[in-house]
Amino acid sequence: MSKNKSEYLISRKDNQYEVIIGLEVHAQVTSESKLFSTSSTKFGAEPNTQVSLVDAAFPGMLPVINEFCVKQAIKTGIGLNAKINKRSVFDRKNYFYADLPQGYQISQFKDPIVGEGNVILDMPEGQKKVGIERLHLEQDAGKSIHDLDPQNTFVDLNRSGVALMEIVSKPDLRSPEEVSVYIKKLRSIMRYLGTCDGNMQEGSLRADVNVSVRIKGSKDLGTRCEIKNVNSIKFMQMAIEYEANRQVDLIEEGNSIDQETRLFDTKKNETRSMRSKEDAHDYRYFPDPDLLPLEVSDEFINKLKSDIPELPDDKKKRFIAEFKLSPYEANILVSDIDTAKYFEEVVAKMGKNKDIKLAVNWITGELFAVLNSKNIEISQSPISAKNLAILINLIKNGTISGKIAKTVFELMMDGNKDPQKIVEEKGLKQQSDPKALEALIDKIINDNREKAIEYKQGKEKLFGFFVGQAMKASGGKANPQLINEILKKKL
Amino acid sequence: MSDITKQSLSELVRNIKNKKVSSEEITKEFVNRSEKSKELNAYITEDYSSALDKAKKFDQKPNLNLKLPGIPIAVKDLFCTKDIRTTAGSKILNNFAPTYESTVTQNIWNEGAILLGKLNCDEFAMGSSNETSFFGNVQNPINKNLVPGGSSGGSASAVAGQLTPITIGTDTGGSIRQPASFTGIVGLKPTYGSCSRYGIVAFASSLDQAGPMAQNVKDCALLQEVISTYDSKDSTSINFKRNEYSKELTNNIKGKKIGIPKEYRVDGMPKEIEDLWQKGINYAKDCGAQIIDISLPHTSYALPTYYIVAPAEASSNLARYDGVKYGFRAKGENLIDMYEKTRSEGFGAEVQRRIMIGTYVLSSGYYDAYYLKAQKVRKLIKNDFDEAYKKVDAILTPSTPSAAFKIGEKKDDPVSMYLNDIFTVPVNLAGLPGISIPAGHDSKGYPLGLQIIGKAFDEQNILNIAYAMEEKIDFKNKITDWWIK
Repeated sequence: MSKNKSEYLISRKDNQYEVIIGLEVHAQVTSESKLFSTSSTKFGAEPNTQVSLVDAAFPGMLPVINEFCVKQAIKTGIGLNAKINKRSVFDRKNYFYADLPQGYQISQFKDPIVGEGNVILDMPEGQKKVGIERLHLEQDAGKSIHDLDPQNTFVDLNRSGVALMEIVSKPDLRSPEEVSVYIKKLRSIMRYLGTCDGNMQEGSLRADVNVSVRIKGSKDLGTRCEIKNVNSIKFMQMAIEYEANRQVDLIEEGNSIDQETRLFDTKKNETRSMRSKEDAHDYRYFPDPDLLPLEVSDEFINKLKSDIPELPDDKKKRFIAEFKLSPYEANILVSDIDTAKYFEEVVAKMGKNKDIKLAVNWITGELFAVLNSKNIEISQSPISAKNLAILINLIKNGTISGKIAKTVFELMMDGNKDPQKIVEEKGLKQQSDPKALEALIDKIINDNREKAIEYKQGKEKLFGFFVGQAMKASGGKANPQLINEILKKKL
Repeated sequence: MSDITKQSLSELVRNIKNKKVSSEEITKEFVNRSEKSKELNAYITEDYSSALDKAKKFDQKPNLNLKLPGIPIAVKDLFCTKDIRTTAGSKILNNFAPTYESTVTQNIWNEGAILLGKLNCDEFAMGSSNETSFFGNVQNPINKNLVPGGSSGGSASAVAGQLTPITIGTDTGGSIRQPASFTGIVGLKPTYGSCSRYGIVAFASSLDQAGPMAQNVKDCALLQEVISTYDSKDSTSINFKRNEYSKELTNNIKGKKIGIPKEYRVDGMPKEIEDLWQKGINYAKDCGAQIIDISLPHTSYALPTYYIVAPAEASSNLARYDGVKYGFRAKGENLIDMYEKTRSEGFGAEVQRRIMIGTYVLSSGYYDAYYLKAQKVRKLIKNDFDEAYKKVDAILTPSTPSAAFKIGEKKDDPVSMYLNDIFTVPVNLAGLPGISIPAGHDSKGYPLGLQIIGKAFDEQNILNIAYAMEEKIDFKNKITDWWIK
């Protein structure tokens, strides 16, 4: 058996266990208003200020589907290479909770709007296809706040009725690392489509994680546990690691796994039982009689298809073909839509005589370092794509050296200054006039006669000394290539 | 004009348009009679003083081009009315005043009508005798201690007792037609999707439909014309071409094919109902209609189907009444305890029974056997009608299997109570329009009604047939004003 280095296995004594993971991702649909009402979905408003009579389930209030949210779900389905169902049905999922004003959540149970699809993951060992089971639309619940008062629970209904897409994967994931790449890829696709902002801090993307384990090589799936509502990739990975090991230990001790819903305690880094299968809610799903089945035409779907932008997989292929990037470089540039946009803008602004390699290096090197240190997104970059393109062109056409460019880059950060102006104002322009440089070098050779003789006698490493002297004399502005050429000639 | 309250809506509208009477005079008369009629217990909430204010205001600047100019109207307390308490006949909404108006009532006010008050009904429209109301039972103006039917019992009593010239009820399984039949008035359940459900306290969403209850067919047509509008706020509202029903009303029904379904001849049907039906057939013939025997083979499954579908939807629709947001809340130790106490104390026995039935039929393991099967049967029942309408233009049946019964007589026998809806529920399950018109009296002199069922969106046709038959039947309601001291 060939050993795959990156394979994630849990070893105990003689046994090796494989971990089987499936995700139910809840992605908040990017939309102005809620799934069935006209209330705003804006994040961070005062509690209970974005609540309509429909959201608060007043008597006689009726849901009316938000067509935009339907379009968003279909676009996402297209992005997941999935089957779009021309007829889907909204069901009621019935349960009581204080932050669920209707006493039911409107969701899609038997007939979701999107069927089977797939997502391609770029793993270090190659590409991996992860199956998508379905995508359906549903309402979010409100928020219960338990820690404001020792006796009472407060309820904020701003989120109540906000549109969510539940994206259910097949149990195709095999490691915490794959889960991370999968979530990032989903996020990337949805951000390209503009259907979900993917903001995990604001709860726009969260997941229920299904985990089971089995002896490596076994074909049967083990009993799974579902870890509810995990809201960061890091926590998902920690939860999986803990849960898989817990299950393996149980099996090794001769116990069986109970199918149950568990919670991940982020402070203790452990999963805890929330409810067993026997205690599972009976949601009494049935088609919502307030809503007719949702029917969309081929025309409607095709129109949306024609509006789909270039998605990360295609963009990556194009970057490799068009710009001769390595798959690695292309991946870095396409994974986030804003990075891809920035890169493409730099390329466009560089004009005819462009140096793509240089642009990639500057973006993934200097620029990323700055963004990381400032902990900001590329969309908030202090240096515009246009100015970075100008800077790169200045290097490319020999106006400044790479070294000087770094100085200019530093100066650009303060108010996104035009690099051209900085170079002029600070007099940083590279000296490329051969006559002036010859004069400069003649002087250096004159001043260092003994060393020049030593060099000629074979002490070749002294060449570096002369280059250094020349650069120093020029204040770092001399064109290093010319210096090299002239020195070789003169010495 | 001392006999104002005896006038039909059409007469009142004509008189007000001819300036023979003012809105204030009319309103005063109906308020006075309503005040004297407390024993009927038709009202849950009275809004008399503001009705009089509105009438005065109307008279100052009367817009006589409206369809209901300055006409006072009391409505079933299932319609949400802005800033006026709306209870649905339940303790759980005892203190609830909506900040919004239902589309149907708004349509009425837009045509110049004035709210008199909110009329009693069975709790959440669940009942056939108005005895499940938290606000007490309603008396039938026909006779003391006689139920007015339900769930729109207060509405029927108020029209028959002349406390309001006309009203609107809601009909989920017969709640307009059965009380209309019991009180000797006309009641129309429109096609599902004809009248908006926005702002109507929901019972069973796929069956609920608002409709007019009136003294005669013409009034009924006029109000239907006002309340039936397409409404984008109700996803099940249907955008079809609506007639001006009252203008297009005609008693010429020559050659219309009227079907008589053999399955409605149920076992144990009282002779007087059989006789009434035969009388109706003869009247229809007299009007020039052609009588055709038809079959609706799945009729006997309609009632059990209805008592699965309606409670299932109700169990979910009523989940929102949990004490958290509005309405009655009982004190509890914790959230679950509060829910249980609120709903145990807030809902009456019949509502609780239907919530239990509904919860049961939707439960995992039972869903397929009950709810899913019921939905399939519902489709078969609709297919029956579709088949029949290939041969006929309308269907004639009795409205109810009996005349009004005594208060308390069936209260503790839910199955016998449910049997009241046997002729009306198939119409709701199929989403069709149906109208009940008074057609005769039983041996005790209590009114009996006939039902005319139409094709979907064909309200005009059944109104025309009802109009023609009404003329031939020449029904006189025997109202003695026994309750007025």
